[in-house]
Amino acid sequence: MGTALHPVTRDGRLLQAVVLGVVGLGLIAPIGLGLLQTGRAAFGILYALGHTELTLDPWRDLAALPGFATSLRLTLGTGLGSTLLSLLLATGFCAAVHARMSPMAGARLLTPFLAIPHAAMAVGLAFVLAPSGWIARALAPLAGWERPPDLATVNDGWGLALLVGLMVKEVPFLLLVILSALSQIPVARHMAAGRALGYGRGIVWVKIIMPQVWPMIRLPVWVVLAYALSVVDMAIILGPSNPPTLALAVTRWFTDPDPAMILPASAGAVLQAVLVVLGVGLLLGLEAAGKRVGLWWLRRGGRGLSAEPGLWAASAAVMALMAAGTLAMASLLVWSLAWRWSFPQIMPESLSLKPWAGAMQGWTRALSNTLILAGATVGLSLVLAIALLEGEDRARRGRAAWAESLIYLPLLIPQIGFLYGLNVVFLRAGISSGMAAVIWAQTLFVFPYVMIALSGPWRSMDPRMVNAAAALGAGPWRRLMAVKLPILLRPILTAAAIGAAVSVAQYLPTLFMGAGRIATLTTEAVTLSSGSDRRVTGVYASLQAALPLAAYLAAFAIPAIAHRNRRALMGTETA
Amino acid sequence: MKLPLIAALVLTLATPALADWQATLGAARGQTVYWNAWGGDERTNAFIAWVGQQTETLYGVKVEQVKLSDTAEAVTRVISEKAAGQTEGGSVDLIWINGPNFLAMKGQGLLHGPFVAGLPNARFLDLSPASPASVDFTVPVEGMESPWRLAKFVFTYDSARVDTVPVDMAGFVDWATAHPGRFTHPNPSNFMGATFLKQALIELAPDPTVLQQPITDAAFAAATAPLWVWYDALRPNLWRQGKTFPENQSAQQQLLNDGEVDISMSFDPASTAAAIAQSLMPETARVFVHEGGSIGNISFVAIPFNAAHAEGAEVVANFLLDPATQAHMQNIEVLGSFSVLDPMKLDDAANAAFAALPTAPALPSVADLGPTLLEPHASWMTRLTEEWARRYTR
Repeated sequence: MGTALHPVTRDGRLLQAVVLGVVGLGLIAPIGLGLLQTGRAAFGILYALGHTELTLDPWRDLAALPGFATSLRLTLGTGLGSTLLSLLLATGFCAAVHARMSPMAGARLLTPFLAIPHAAMAVGLAFVLAPSGWIARALAPLAGWERPPDLATVNDGWGLALLVGLMVKEVPFLLLVILSALSQIPVARHMAAGRALGYGRGIVWVKIIMPQVWPMIRLPVWVVLAYALSVVDMAIILGPSNPPTLALAVTRWFTDPDPAMILPASAGAVLQAVLVVLGVGLLLGLEAAGKRVGLWWLRRGGRGLSAEPGLWAASAAVMALMAAGTLAMASLLVWSLAWRWSFPQIMPESLSLKPWAGAMQGWTRALSNTLILAGATVGLSLVLAIALLEGEDRARRGRAAWAESLIYLPLLIPQIGFLYGLNVVFLRAGISSGMAAVIWAQTLFVFPYVMIALSGPWRSMDPRMVNAAAALGAGPWRRLMAVKLPILLRPILTAAAIGAAVSVAQYLPTLFMGAGRIATLTTEAVTLSSGSDRRVTGVYASLQAALPLAAYLAAFAIPAIAHRNRRALMGTETA
Repeated sequence: MKLPLIAALVLTLATPALADWQATLGAARGQTVYWNAWGGDERTNAFIAWVGQQTETLYGVKVEQVKLSDTAEAVTRVISEKAAGQTEGGSVDLIWINGPNFLAMKGQGLLHGPFVAGLPNARFLDLSPASPASVDFTVPVEGMESPWRLAKFVFTYDSARVDTVPVDMAGFVDWATAHPGRFTHPNPSNFMGATFLKQALIELAPDPTVLQQPITDAAFAAATAPLWVWYDALRPNLWRQGKTFPENQSAQQQLLNDGEVDISMSFDPASTAAAIAQSLMPETARVFVHEGGSIGNISFVAIPFNAAHAEGAEVVANFLLDPATQAHMQNIEVLGSFSVLDPMKLDDAANAAFAALPTAPALPSVADLGPTLLEPHASWMTRLTEEWARRYTR
């Protein structure tokens, strides 16, 4: 974009500043205030209960709570473990199959896994993995089980089921991120060069390609780590209960019958945020160490032909995770159509539409709320994102590092760390909790994902198109409306689909900011999963998964139809 | 000839209250009551929706259920509203509340009231000082919450898989030894799990009368010593060796339905028959109680101090106490929850309506349920679950 065809305009800088201002003041500042509220409570200040003195007691109480150490260990084990394992497996899988899979096919394969919210996946997986679940039912005739075996295959004390559940969701996400990063690197040429020099395929991958990929996927990996360290809904369904992971324990303490528990709960919430910071610090440390060791390793020049089995093992593990995820999604649909389905039947004894019909009033309302929220948050986020990117174009100035981190901040701070405080801030400001508050709170999390999805394609758009339009006399608005947006239709819709999936999946923000009054598919599914009717849970979870899936399908279908006579726009973009 | 006299007296006393009630009805018209209630039971949700339809037709009061996964969520919400200085127009109008949450809210001055005596249908309640409608966990209700359904601790088992069931808590040790991994209880951080421990405490304590008094360290040590011995013997033979527990009674009911355990428990004697009708439990599921009786209490609704629609909430609380509502609620095809009204105070027509309700094989009669044991003083429950967590949460 180095030409002078469209000079720097002042309104570009202004636009950039306004959007950053909106994001900073409207989205990020309240998080800060929320953190402050929670932070004050963590140090003993909670006026509503008559606590006015600065003290470390909440921290002492926190450390003395039964099972605190175990909760902490569980959180670190499942959070760090699932992130590192997912990264390892996703990398190995990409190395093994990248050459054989087009990015479009990959994206299509991954879509259902990305679309289904964590809670729905957890409900399905819990049924697949449980001792009375689908896998056990398939084995029952062979093993001669008349009753489910007493094995801790879910809610196990080590958190392994939670680890697997997180990986089922995280591996596809990282695969998508890696695939999209790979599309910006001449992988085939590097591979050919490396192979010609006698390096094994896996080793080319580790020594040459990953070091280029890492800077592009660093941020998504942090997001995954932050999420895994602070996940609540999945931990309720798959994790151990006595004690649970720290995030779940903190949520429980926040809702303890004894209101004074808010103090140690706040300390726990702050600790949760500290853990994420430490986790990211650990990744940065590993990165620095990796650079040193990697350089030494590179110079040693080992050809490492034997890395191949590792790649195939990683691929097999990824396939197993995907198979489990697929079964989980299928089980939700089957349950929603079941009437009676007891152990050890592989399929329901009787089918019925009663679960759908009986809960109709509930799910139609939850569905319409969910649609309104997804529409509003995605619309808002897209407008903000396009305004920001266009502002950058017009100002001919990229995003400063501080602006970049500002945008992604909400994804890195554990939700439980600021939502309680945020609620207090909102109430004090006289903003009643309701639809508007929930739209706002969800946009906090939808916007960063929309930015992540849109920034890459926007920047890699062929500048000659815009230059040609400018040369033909099109002004900045016309260039945006007539050239950029149509060309970017596919990535915009993909970003919208990702945004919709994020919006649908939001649990804590909807619960806290909506005062529980805004029932969405996710809040209903999580609430119902604490009940005993898996069939109704199946109804909600199926809808919960179907909605983002429909958004993704639309993101594939609409450009395919709109661009059916534009070969260069068909399937060349990474989805 | 005493009765008409009392009736006349009551009527005279009630006249100003009735005028107040007309004012309440007037203020309530057009309001929407946000009823915060645990949402894990579809039948209860459906009943609450029915209540809303009725009150809208009768009084112009709509009901929106705010479905909670834990009642304490509503308490937290009221606290954060108080923290923000929001003393009116609060988001919670009515809470389905129980012992510990009631105590916390009453203790913090977070409740509206007293309002129960002003409800016209309160005349059908036994509000004498020792009645279950007047004490919640031994703490006097003092008109700050209104009863709506009866709760009694019962066990459920699958009669197709189990021949004999334990007749008391001590019997569970032998039963679990003979059937390892086939029994568990909800996590004591949950209401149901705590009730299981309280039931055991009442049965095993050397002198159960101390449980009605506020706790002391000495009393706690003496009363709970046999409990821990018993639990240490029971725990290794629980489901998953007692290392993890279902989250609540619904999760445990699902375990029973999946065949992972043979015994579950509930605070609603009708829940088993209801679940069978919904095909959520095997046809062969049945209810049993211990020989010495079981803990019973009453579920209440309370109104937060800052409720935006307190009048509407009072109208709903009053509608819940209507004999026709209670009879509808006790119908096993609707909810199956036992009535909280005092049969002595109902007229013949109302009593006949209760007697005519349908029955089901898994539905126990009131006589089957045996004596009702009083809840221990609330301080015991807190201490008991804390001590359990200290011992067994590692």
